[in-house]
Amino acid sequence: MPDLLLDVQGLETIFKTPDGELHAVNGVSFGLKEGETLGVVGESGCGKSVSMLSILRLIPTPPGKIIAGKANFFGQDLLKMSKDEIRAVRGSQIGIVFQDPMTSLNPVLTIGRQLQEPLMLHLGMTKKLAEDRAAQLLDMVGIPNAKERLSDYPHQFSGGMRQRVMIAMALACAPQILIADEPTTALDVTIQAQITDLVKRLRSELGMAIIWITHDLGVVAGLAHRVIVMYGGFIIEEAPINELYANPEHPYTLGLMGSLPRVDETGHHRLTSIEGLPPVLYEKPTYCPFAPRCKWVVEKCWKINPPLLNVGPEHTAACWVDTRTGKVRE
Amino acid sequence: MSTNNDALVHVGDLFVHFPIYRGLIRKQVGAVRAVDGVSFDIKRGETLGLVGESGSGKSTTGRAILQLRRPTSGKVDFNGIDLVHLKGEELRKMRRKMQMIFQDPYASLNPRMTVGEIVGEPLLVHNVASEAEANERVKQLLERVKLNPSFASRYPHEFSGGQRQRIGIARALALQPSFIVCDEPISALDVSIQAQVVNLLEELQEEFNLTYLFIAHDLSMVRHISDRVAVMYLGVIMELASRDEIYLKPLHPYTRALLSAIPIPDPIADSKRQRVILEGDIPSPVNPPSGCRFRTRCPIAEQICAEVRPEFRELRPGHFTACHFSERFL
Repeated sequence: MPDLLLDVQGLETIFKTPDGELHAVNGVSFGLKEGETLGVVGESGCGKSVSMLSILRLIPTPPGKIIAGKANFFGQDLLKMSKDEIRAVRGSQIGIVFQDPMTSLNPVLTIGRQLQEPLMLHLGMTKKLAEDRAAQLLDMVGIPNAKERLSDYPHQFSGGMRQRVMIAMALACAPQILIADEPTTALDVTIQAQITDLVKRLRSELGMAIIWITHDLGVVAGLAHRVIVMYGGFIIEEAPINELYANPEHPYTLGLMGSLPRVDETGHHRLTSIEGLPPVLYEKPTYCPFAPRCKWVVEKCWKINPPLLNVGPEHTAACWVDTRTGKVRE
Repeated sequence: MSTNNDALVHVGDLFVHFPIYRGLIRKQVGAVRAVDGVSFDIKRGETLGLVGESGSGKSTTGRAILQLRRPTSGKVDFNGIDLVHLKGEELRKMRRKMQMIFQDPYASLNPRMTVGEIVGEPLLVHNVASEAEANERVKQLLERVKLNPSFASRYPHEFSGGQRQRIGIARALALQPSFIVCDEPISALDVSIQAQVVNLLEELQEEFNLTYLFIAHDLSMVRHISDRVAVMYLGVIMELASRDEIYLKPLHPYTRALLSAIPIPDPIADSKRQRVILEGDIPSPVNPPSGCRFRTRCPIAEQICAEVRPEFRELRPGHFTACHFSERFL
């Protein structure tokens, strides 16, 4: 497709550990359109963060290593760029917001200094210009008295405010893509609502595409246009937002939805939990990684790892069993 | 509220203040008013959900009930016995009947003890079993929380978060308590594992006729597990009612805002909701706002809210609220 802003194909990342090679990402392919918000959902260890950090080449090497794949961004492969080239992309064309606003800001530098850094580095602004722009950015993310607060240090900000600062930093150079790695997980619900609201506003003002990594199917529902569900380093389901929630197809997605209590639920029912534990893969599996926990498992699941199959309009799922009819797919 | 017969725990006008000392002579200059006048009953066999944002005093309340943190003033009756004035051996005896499950399954298990020693320790400490009996009981307990009894000889680091939380639950059950404070028992776990642990807690409650105080910041999980819910903000209970009342007919503006901030895992239902997004952060408990604690962030605050602390009153049978204007939501 020509209109893809980012086109990732066959990404594989491993980590060398004393116990062997850990296969964290096992062939992940997806596209991101301009202005689109893509939700990446999965539990800890499913490879969602590692995939996105691999694209930005933020995986510590060693022990990590990207062993296969392409990531096309404006005709260039991010995975083949030199260190200087990728550094020029990071923070300017692709912005990042991390999960923990407490540890991702430098505690000994003022907020102003940290905000000016990308502006001076990537956009070549003078100190004076960068200072004005930094104040504008803080104002844009809803921090009162922006100008005075530039000389404050991170510890003088609350968790929600720090996450606003992180967002301001990520958006400082007007990136085409914003990658947000669980940006609201460490925050209280009322603050989480403030941040998602802010991101929605900025998205419509600035028009950037967003990759929103989360374990929370609730947050994604109100934010994303399209969702990828990951498990064991594979994408196991992908669909437009309404389609995914109306017709979840993969047994893992079904299990995740069943294990979520809803604040608008009525009456009482037991949650449908997924028994067992997520896998730790020291070998790239030749079988379906979800098979050991799956209720629907058939013999074929142990023989061939299912690829993503078309199951509906723009809807793919990696499962040999049609969970609606119980029939085995060809 | 007066103590009635079906209340297992009665909390009356509970205050927990943490003194702040300054200077060479360590003069007390103020106090963190973590819990600031809280009253409620927990009925036999019920689950009372206690929700609030970080810093609202919910965990401190739980600890003060168990006398793990001695209250500054106020009353805690357990089975009609006043715990606040119990000391030494008498208090230790009462502890058999009330246990706690902690939030962090990584920090709450001693890494140098085997699982068997951890789960069996309460039995030996309280002299209710010989070593051989304790070993037998440990096996039963592990089986009951769906862990393999042979795990007794292993160490905590060999287990995942969900399994560790089961070990913590087995330890809490060892002395056959009638009351358990669950302090955010699932917030450190993945979604699919959360459901496993919650289902287990519900089964155990039915089987052993347990009474729970379930502390959490996740309102959807609290709705799922609780019979009644209390909402805390800055050391004060804002609203208390049966779970359906509080979720379907909330009478306090804070509860209303909190509920509307929770994302629903359903894009269509989510887009139809009217959201109230609170401004700002939770104020410091060192110097809380005068009058109503919530007034600085309240969308309907008026002059009276700064002057008069609203009474915690019963507006509908069993439905308590601390707001001057709750009638508006009737």
